[in-house]
Amino acid sequence: MDKIIIRIDGAEIKGKPGQTIMQAADDAGIHIPRLCDVEGLEPQGSCRVCTVKVNGRTAASCTQPVADGMEVENDTLEIRNYRRDLVRMLFHEGNHLCPCCEASGRCELQNLAYQLGILQPDKYPYLQPVRPVDASHPDVMLDTNRCIRCGRCIRASIQLDHKNVFGYIGRGINKQVGVNGKNLAQTNVDIHDKAVALGTCPVGCIIQKRAGFFDPIGKRRFDLHPAGTKVEDS
Amino acid sequence: MDIIPTIKQACKKYGNDRGRLIDILWEVQNSLGCINEEAMGLIASEIKSHRVEIEGLVSFYSFFSDRQKGKIIIRLCDDIIDRHAGIERIADIFSEELGIGIGETSPDLNFSLEYTPCIGMSDQAPAALINNVVVTNLTPDSARETARQLKKTLDPSKLVTKCGDGNNAHKLVNAMVQNNIRQKGEVLLADGIPAEAGLDNALKKASLDVIQAITDSGLRGRGGAGFPTGEKLRLAQKTEATQRFIICNADEGEPGTFKDRVLLTERASLVFEGMTIAAYAIGSNSGILYLRAEYAYLRPFLESVLENRRKTGLLGKDVRGKKGFDFDIRIQLGAGAYICGEESALISSCEGLRGEPKNRPPFPVEKGYLSKPTAVNNVETFCCIARILDKGASWFAGIGTKASHGTKLLSVCGDCAKPGIYEVPYGIGIDELLKMVEADDPAIVQVGGASGEMVGRTSFGRKICFSDAATGGAVMVFSSHRNVLAIVDYFLEFFADESCGYCTPCRIGIVFLRERIQKVMHGFAEDADLGYLKDLCKTIMMTSRCGLGSSAPKSILNSIERFPLVYSSHLKESKDGFQASFNIQKALDESRRLAKRTSMIYDPVYEDEAD
Repeated sequence: MDKIIIRIDGAEIKGKPGQTIMQAADDAGIHIPRLCDVEGLEPQGSCRVCTVKVNGRTAASCTQPVADGMEVENDTLEIRNYRRDLVRMLFHEGNHLCPCCEASGRCELQNLAYQLGILQPDKYPYLQPVRPVDASHPDVMLDTNRCIRCGRCIRASIQLDHKNVFGYIGRGINKQVGVNGKNLAQTNVDIHDKAVALGTCPVGCIIQKRAGFFDPIGKRRFDLHPAGTKVEDS
Repeated sequence: MDIIPTIKQACKKYGNDRGRLIDILWEVQNSLGCINEEAMGLIASEIKSHRVEIEGLVSFYSFFSDRQKGKIIIRLCDDIIDRHAGIERIADIFSEELGIGIGETSPDLNFSLEYTPCIGMSDQAPAALINNVVVTNLTPDSARETARQLKKTLDPSKLVTKCGDGNNAHKLVNAMVQNNIRQKGEVLLADGIPAEAGLDNALKKASLDVIQAITDSGLRGRGGAGFPTGEKLRLAQKTEATQRFIICNADEGEPGTFKDRVLLTERASLVFEGMTIAAYAIGSNSGILYLRAEYAYLRPFLESVLENRRKTGLLGKDVRGKKGFDFDIRIQLGAGAYICGEESALISSCEGLRGEPKNRPPFPVEKGYLSKPTAVNNVETFCCIARILDKGASWFAGIGTKASHGTKLLSVCGDCAKPGIYEVPYGIGIDELLKMVEADDPAIVQVGGASGEMVGRTSFGRKICFSDAATGGAVMVFSSHRNVLAIVDYFLEFFADESCGYCTPCRIGIVFLRERIQKVMHGFAEDADLGYLKDLCKTIMMTSRCGLGSSAPKSILNSIERFPLVYSSHLKESKDGFQASFNIQKALDESRRLAKRTSMIYDPVYEDEAD
């Protein structure tokens, strides 16, 4: 019962009971791209970038438990196409202007785009939403134009900080991350919270004030570790 | 106004239980007319939650509002059937009479006017919900009369002049709704169904034998997905747990469906009997009927049926004298969210959460409501369970086709002379049905609602059953003068509005689908756009997290494949290789107006009024 063997793109790997496909792949050094999932937080399965095919059916690898004998397709043309479309959708949904974004070079969305060969997301119409910037807090600000609704800040605040500073509000295309108060300054967020720590927000939505552009080009996170070659470099 | 006592009372009524948040929010909204920021904060502190969580719920459910609404909320049913029946004209009349536009509230806070998706009255469209009062078959004259009367009385209940048939005339229903039962079958709508015969038979058997009987009957879920009901009960029964739950899904939000409305009206006791049998089968002591907010007018009646059952020993301790079998049912009112028809989203909603589907596995039968094994079934499925235990598995299996047993309740609406409820054995041909409903010029039959299948004339020989044209009950008939693209566009608008927004493809992809379909409708699209649409449909279907996303693109793929001429007549040829996605002259009009001059580049004669 304890023995779980699955195959990812033909390569046999071992899984443990209770593990997800993503965790088993990570342990085996096989990279599955992801955005909403990050080590240390409960998986959410919302960005769908980690979609794989399991015995011919698509599933999110971050939430799908391993089962003995699973045949997983990860790095195939079909799956890469889905991932490209999903990453493009996220670019088109918000306002992502990489050249002037301080997350550039350490942004997981940007990194993923390069990894998947998207140099210019122009497949879909730009929704160009008008979204607010919340600069009310002395140490942290939110540029929601760049939010991709991954919910990492929400989960970090609940699961690690035990605080509920963030939460989802709205639905459909209007679903967004809200804060537990009129604005960020009215919440009990603290600069030392995991929810606002560097690396929790995968993009440039949560910004620590007075700390921008700290790494020069060439020494930024993804400059040093080219896209997708290392699973855990945060 | 001091709202603290109101909030405290509302929270206390539900034991300050976070899990009963939907009920608490209803209570607060009914007292205050909205759930504003102050109320959110107060509720959060009463039930030890967080303001952002309350805001998350209020902003999720369309029947909740953070802004003050009118004492009378007029919700006009905006589904495709109502549009074809002239709801837009009706909206204009209400707007004119009340002096407010759609989405607005009158300054005296007496009226709010809004559109809402299908309220389950497509057989008597155009229809509207005025608070909890249903008005049907609206005409421009009756709409004007309704609006004037409301202004005079400010009391929607005074609108009810003539009740509908059957239990619609029951004093606790008191609704103008008509059942429109056109054909009774032997399973659900037959006359003289013996009360509690199924329950009595079930209680004589061991619980596993009850499950076996349901399995033997071949009963499959009537909500649309068609999962074998016996198997579902077996899985819930065998999962080790201290408690198990039975949930009846009465959240029929699929546009064009209204069959559960009729079952709840005319077969309420049978529904509860079925739930009780299922509870006995899996060992559950607690059940929930999740009632969509649009059917709130049925709630007092349903509560009285439950109360009656409690009084007569059909619910409560030792049900029907069966020692050790305790079971009771509560009604959970929804708050306006189509996605809650998805069983795991429905469970989230029962738990006082945003109605978002849960990650699966684990499935509800293992880990459902409050993380306990839960069997969620459709209203019609529970009725079938009661009938199977009464008449036997082989009786049921003998009706219908080899693989689809029993009868199916169809709600037929649209371009036909006899819209309404038809109980037919599985396997009936679409053409046969069209004859029954007296559709004289059917061109498209939408089987299964917005998430179902678009069937064209050449395929009317197809059968309604699980292996062919499957449906949870909705059958919409469209005649040849209806615009296919407008229907598709409506479905996409519906899904975009009703997507919970949880996953990327459904949240964003559907918006892109609609953008491109509108491009086709407006005559700007080319051949390549169809490729784009198909490609995008595939990504959405393959990567979405639940059935809403994976079925939303179906009407596009169906219509491209089955009505290719409609598309090709809208496509234009690209002569220069450039794609114009909009009309530049039209787009410039506003700039011309604002700048008070013509365009130097786009207008042949440049005129500047300023000179």
